Amino acid sequence: MIDLSLLPDGGIAWLDASGPKGNIVLSTRLRLARNLQGYVFSQRARDTDRTAVLERVSEASAASDRLAGAVTFRLDQLERLDRQLLHERHLVSKELASLDREARPRPGAALLVQGSVGVMVNEEDHLRLHGMRSGFALEEAYAEVEMVDADLGRLLPFAFHPEFGYLTSCPTNAGTGLRASVLIHLPGLVLTKEIGKVLQGLAQVGLTFRGLYGEGSEVVGNFFQLSNQTTLGKSEEELIDHLGKIVRQVIEYEEQARDVLLRTAPDEVADKTWRAYGLLKHARKLTFEEAMNLLSGVRLGVGLKMIPRLSVYTLNKLLIFTQPAHLAALEGCQPGDPELPVVRAAYVRRALETEAV
Amino acid sequence: MLCDNCKEREVEIHLTKVENDTKVTLHLCKQCAQQKGFETGESILKSPLGGFIQAMGKGGASVLPTAADGLRCAACGSTLRDFRESGRLGCAQCYESFETHLRDLLRRLHGSSQHVGERYGPPAGAGAADPRLELLDLKEQLRRAVENENFELAAELRDRIRVLE
Repeated sequence: MIDLSLLPDGGIAWLDASGPKGNIVLSTRLRLARNLQGYVFSQRARDTDRTAVLERVSEASAASDRLAGAVTFRLDQLERLDRQLLHERHLVSKELASLDREARPRPGAALLVQGSVGVMVNEEDHLRLHGMRSGFALEEAYAEVEMVDADLGRLLPFAFHPEFGYLTSCPTNAGTGLRASVLIHLPGLVLTKEIGKVLQGLAQVGLTFRGLYGEGSEVVGNFFQLSNQTTLGKSEEELIDHLGKIVRQVIEYEEQARDVLLRTAPDEVADKTWRAYGLLKHARKLTFEEAMNLLSGVRLGVGLKMIPRLSVYTLNKLLIFTQPAHLAALEGCQPGDPELPVVRAAYVRRALETEAV
Repeated sequence: MLCDNCKEREVEIHLTKVENDTKVTLHLCKQCAQQKGFETGESILKSPLGGFIQAMGKGGASVLPTAADGLRCAACGSTLRDFRESGRLGCAQCYESFETHLRDLLRRLHGSSQHVGERYGPPAGAGAADPRLELLDLKEQLRRAVENENFELAAELRDRIRVLE
């Protein structure tokens, strides 16, 4: 099994809830898509091309200021459980981890991690540079990734076109190659049934939403990832600024919705949140989805100061460690184990007991 | 509300088109929309770009080029049809090989095909440190900026060209 302790904070420093608006916004993630000139894009590439791309990226990283000393994970050499662990930590995409049944990662699939920045190699694009921050911190996330981009760009020939900008395998990413997303918890808007309007409004201002694990994932536990839709025709700063403005508005709507709930239905909200807490504290079997939904209820209670002495950090940790591969790794079983719901319930009970209310 | 076309079935699709600078809105039932060749939600979602196109709220019809499917990229051998089917290009050169088709698609997807973000300078020794090459590159950018009526960028480029000349 891989040793995630090699990574500072296990690669999950962004979970510590220290960032701005940490109780509503879990994390901010930003990525830049880049390709190497002279190599066919990953999906059309032969294994030898992919290995050559990884070699060039590894050499450049070792020679760079920001990535020298980065930890490298060769996904094609990792067991499925380890690949799933990296995916559950939001460090690699489902595709790069090849998590579909029987799928094996192709040669050259790799992840480099240095602090809170990472580089996926041979994903849809040759390089996907990404950074994660705690809370709502778009500018900081961009500044960090941009430095790695500049650093690698001095050492590697990126595919760039004077009109179309950075060239990507899918034209939806061309131009800046930038996708910024904010993982946000919106139970107030869901409970007041205002969420539909908000999500509809996003499309009109060029933004999109996804579930907890990004593209193609479902919305669970009232967690939404809001991100920019277009990547071309606007500068990086304009894209980030626009997303930031809209997210600030959504946070405001969420806070207003919570005020409305507190004013008009305080007993119902208190009942909902304490029931969720009670179930988490005493249940003997929990599916991941149920755990997420209950954690959402408790998180709302903590945000409304109804449940004292329970930290957002604990809730964030539960979000990560109740996922199948994390539980399996902790408890020495397999992610598909039928006993996993029992193991999960026991884990949640222990975690909540150490922070007794 | 009844369909504008058959006036029998309930309207399911609202289609807004811009024709000669005027906005025309059609209210159609599913069958009539399909007959007129507009893709509906289900079929759009099946294509790799479907989610994106749908979220753009522009309807999927004719977003992807249909003619010239046999056009082939000399560098990687992939065809325009390959791209239409997979939603992925074969290599960076494909952007040159399918330039006009892609420019059209990029405009529809992003509202513009002109990159205005960070500009990339290749690593030292790769050739573009040569001011003559930079000048050529800038002139090409200027040509495109004028073509795209991006006059703000064109003015900026013209100033940079003057300095170099």
